[in-house]
Amino acid sequence: MKKLLSIFAVLAFAFSAHAGTLDDVKNRGFLKCGVTTGLAGFAAPDDSGEWAGLDADMCRAVAVAVFGDRSKVEFITTTGKSRFPTLASGEVDMLARNTTWTISRDVNLGFEFVGVNFYDGQGFMVPSALGVSSATELDGATVCIQTGTTTELNLADFFRLNGISYEALPIETNDEGKENLFAGRCDVYTTDASGLSSTRAAASNPDKWVVLPEIISKEPLGPLVRHGDHQWGDVVRWSLNAMIIAEELGITSENVDAQMSSNVPEVLRLLGVEGNYGEMLELSNDWAYQIIKQIGNYSESYEANVGPDTPLEIARGLNALWTQGGILYAPPFR
Amino acid sequence: MRSNLGFFSDEKFRSIFFQTLVVGLFALGLFFVISTTSYNLEKRNIATGWSFLQNPAGFDISFSPFLEFKSTDTHLKVYFVGVLNTLLVSITGCIAATILGFILGIVRLSSNWLLSRLVYIYVEFSRNVPLLLQIILWYSILIQLPRVKQSLQVLDVFYISNRGLYSPRPIFESGFSYVLIAIVLALISSFLINRWAKKRQDKTGQQFPVFSSSIGLIFIVPLILFFILGSPLSFEHPELKGFNFKGGLVIRPEFIAMFLALSIYTAAFISEIVRAGIMSVSKGQREASAAIGLKQTWIMRLIIIPQALRVIVPPLTSQYLNLTKNSSLGIAVGYADLVHGFGGISLNQTGQAIECMAIVMATYLSISLTISFFMNIYNRSIQFKEK
Repeated sequence: MKKLLSIFAVLAFAFSAHAGTLDDVKNRGFLKCGVTTGLAGFAAPDDSGEWAGLDADMCRAVAVAVFGDRSKVEFITTTGKSRFPTLASGEVDMLARNTTWTISRDVNLGFEFVGVNFYDGQGFMVPSALGVSSATELDGATVCIQTGTTTELNLADFFRLNGISYEALPIETNDEGKENLFAGRCDVYTTDASGLSSTRAAASNPDKWVVLPEIISKEPLGPLVRHGDHQWGDVVRWSLNAMIIAEELGITSENVDAQMSSNVPEVLRLLGVEGNYGEMLELSNDWAYQIIKQIGNYSESYEANVGPDTPLEIARGLNALWTQGGILYAPPFR
Repeated sequence: MRSNLGFFSDEKFRSIFFQTLVVGLFALGLFFVISTTSYNLEKRNIATGWSFLQNPAGFDISFSPFLEFKSTDTHLKVYFVGVLNTLLVSITGCIAATILGFILGIVRLSSNWLLSRLVYIYVEFSRNVPLLLQIILWYSILIQLPRVKQSLQVLDVFYISNRGLYSPRPIFESGFSYVLIAIVLALISSFLINRWAKKRQDKTGQQFPVFSSSIGLIFIVPLILFFILGSPLSFEHPELKGFNFKGGLVIRPEFIAMFLALSIYTAAFISEIVRAGIMSVSKGQREASAAIGLKQTWIMRLIIIPQALRVIVPPLTSQYLNLTKNSSLGIAVGYADLVHGFGGISLNQTGQAIECMAIVMATYLSISLTISFFMNIYNRSIQFKEK
């Protein structure tokens, strides 16, 4: 009986509410970050097997904020379907996984989107040999679609609205989509325009594929955490904001050390020279300095992973700073 | 000392005590699971309840041969589409696996060395390679078929491409219902003839050609009626229009891959069951029936198989259950079964994981119990009738 009671005691302890996520991460010694199963430019292992991409940088930025070390992160791959249960069950501390911020995910699923790290929209890609120039000409086409995504719902809405029909071929991962599209099992692949660029870049002959001009939805992609842990939400939110603000202020990984002696008050606050913003977040005071030093500002991460000089060739567009014609905007650092 | 243990040495008391203890622990465990789940759901602000079933799904399901499905339909309808698709692949798979399994089981016992070795290799290969890999293998082969614009044309009416097998669709015109009624009547009367012939044989020993007369009734009578009524049946042929074939019937590669993999995998197990069943019938039975001059085919049909069935049916039931449950692997190739559609897409779009999974599990449980129920009835009907 005694043995039994002790088993229950252990169970009860395991079930009891745990401390905040930030403390959990600190105690564990590394961050668990949920990413895609592989989407070049956002999160995919590079030639040396290191995870690289815009979302991977987001994960690393949070790891740097907490530990001051960009390697203290374990990347956990999730599919469109498994990502939410994985986050909800606590298997990962955060998701940075091309996830669209919607009201039902924010409210009903019990998550908290902390910001937007890429403004995207849903598009279509077809073989250029089909001679299609607009998505409204796709009547009767077979469309490859990742299940469990907002794109699946937008697709149904778009075809219904235009009074045209289609056949959906549900697939689980971007790789399956590629395989089916390249084999001709489906005529069209639809996902976020950035994902299409990434898929196109991975094709053996990218010129054989064309992305149609229609963008049929708003897809603000951003990192998210579990609802209710505001302290942890703040850490992730401001890790992202710090990168955006750094771009605004012109701080890069190269000039960050020189900027420590800047005379601009916001620069000094961001880099932890003035004020105790790090302590407010229960982080070290140089957390933002370390992010910029080790990861770079938003622009550096963008240009290295998805920008015009990469195979993805995505112009800044909406993702430019608000001062430069885009809508990227971070609240002030004070 | 003895008086202290008085209660415990009582066997009845002891058994009641332990049974109560086990039930109590189980209830306590259940209570722990439920209370923790609801506590955590509440803590994470995850909504619960069944009302989501009435919400519009918002996504499309293309493979729905029995129900018309639109994106404005509810999640409840997603569920029904999923159940029907699961049943479709399970039932067709069970039938094919049974037929193939019986043939292979018998061939395995054949005295032809090459044939029996070939079946042996087949059995060892297909039951020792994970089913998931076999499904993916079939699917990868199927999507390497020609593209839709270069479809292979077979007999002028069938088209094969990596979008599936297109065939003409029968359209039943008015008057065809009479043909159907004639088939049903023919089935009933051949059943009655069978009973009458058996009775007569028991009484007089005379035989009646039940098989050929039934075939005549079931096929020829409705066929004559069909022509008298002026062939009230036409076909809609598939036509390549735009991106895809329009019209006709289509069997998708996702379904074919599932069907092939499930039936071939399960047939390997069934063939071993059949082999064991036949071998369990003692040699004396065969020799005795040969001694009274029965034909080879009759020995198999009247003596061996009925006795072998008693051994075959119970494990066969569990193969049917396995096949049905294995059909949930459809998700690997995008086959829109219950797990993929309702337990996958609906679950993910609504976030009601516990509710969806509970429904899916309850459904598999009921399907399995139904299969067991009918197989048990059948099993009872073939047991020795002791007089």
